[in-house]
Amino acid sequence: MIFSTKVGISGYGAYVPVYRVRDSEIERIWGGEGAPVEEKSVPGLDEDSLTMAFEAAREALTMSGVNREDVGAVLVGSESPPYAVKPSATVISEALGVTPKVIAIDMEFACKAGTTALILASALVASKAIKCGLAIGTDNAQAKPGDELEYTAGAGAAAFLISELSSDSVAEIECAFSYVTDTPDFWRREGEKYPRHTYRFTGEPAYFHHVISAAKGLMEEVGLKPSDFDYVVFHQPNVRFPLRAAQQLGFSTERVKPGIVCDKIGNTYAASSLIGLVRVLDQAKPGQRILVVSFGSGAGSDAISLVTREGVGKRRSSLSTLLERKIYVDYGAYTKLKGLLG
Amino acid sequence: MVWSESVPRFWRERARKYRLVGGRCRKCNSIVYPHRSVCPHCGAENMEPIELPRRGKVVTFSVVRHPPRGFEGKEPFLVAVIELENGARVLSQLVDVHPEDVKEGMEVVAVFRRYREQAPNGIIEYGIKFRPLK
Repeated sequence: MIFSTKVGISGYGAYVPVYRVRDSEIERIWGGEGAPVEEKSVPGLDEDSLTMAFEAAREALTMSGVNREDVGAVLVGSESPPYAVKPSATVISEALGVTPKVIAIDMEFACKAGTTALILASALVASKAIKCGLAIGTDNAQAKPGDELEYTAGAGAAAFLISELSSDSVAEIECAFSYVTDTPDFWRREGEKYPRHTYRFTGEPAYFHHVISAAKGLMEEVGLKPSDFDYVVFHQPNVRFPLRAAQQLGFSTERVKPGIVCDKIGNTYAASSLIGLVRVLDQAKPGQRILVVSFGSGAGSDAISLVTREGVGKRRSSLSTLLERKIYVDYGAYTKLKGLLG
Repeated sequence: MVWSESVPRFWRERARKYRLVGGRCRKCNSIVYPHRSVCPHCGAENMEPIELPRRGKVVTFSVVRHPPRGFEGKEPFLVAVIELENGARVLSQLVDVHPEDVKEGMEVVAVFRRYREQAPNGIIEYGIKFRPLK
């Protein structure tokens, strides 16, 4: 899809909690070898997907310099909201000071809701229904102790302030393409604490089929090829998957590596590909094209093409600082932080 | 701060807790947190709400090892008096730091965190806390 008016990112932000647990520490308790990531982020006792979303959104809003009253939408994509019923979007909007004249909504599509929020905020701005919109991807991923998911289930958030394209924009949102099917590779029923998944079924028919179809769909629709992109960012459930997706699509490893952060923070679900995009924007120069492809179980992928503008590089996010700011915890402290001690 | 399990009370206080809204006395210029209708310094009933700076320094702190109701299972945690860049003082929890690493004068910045849950099926209270700047 191509937007009717040119829209762009005028501010962006990310958040990663300070705590980390090494996969070797999880292996010490549960066994196993060949951990999918080196270490993962762990939220503090007083953090959840809502608080992380606020931190990322505040950074995006501050970076953009946009007036609070011009924010017409706060779209929060997450699969781990603190309430089953009661929106996170209202609390975040109130804390940002953008209430009450705002479209505020929580959105869920496993790990894909953040990029869908980005597309919808862009469409709202492009249609001139609103002046600016905030799109947020945030998750505090849950995994049953000992489950394969526990090695990667991380926590983090990313946010983007979308407004009409201007000379000061960080990047233009060039076009988007969504690809969804009913593929039950991962789910969590109402009232259940932990998700279930179908192990290897998560790979070929789920992740790779959707990611590759969305990326190809976007490139075919607008006549772009892999060599037109300077950077490519995929959803990162582990380090292996995005590298393999890049290879299958014909992107060199150098294009995908700059956006990989899951080796240090794990899989941040709805924030995963978006934190990767923040990482890339933090190192990009004006005039570079970026492909972002999310994946959400259930299943679907959003592919988004962006071209950086003059605003990129003038302002950077706090992500590199947050990636370096770490307090390591052992498995005992980890279970306390995850609320497993009752 | 007195605590009651009141949803309306938390709702009334949300702006000052979410956005660090204090009060400035139009008569004596004192800045206090949280916002209140009577100036604690001069007694004037002429306070205006003011959003306070997010950065400050630790003036003094204490480690809470026997938590009050609503904070069970969170101990040990830190409570500190923070002096903000404009001189206003805030009593707040200090997070993302081990108690042995806190120092008076340490630079801190406001973050948005959970305060407590009124009950497992109750309202979650959110608001400002502080973490080390570096």
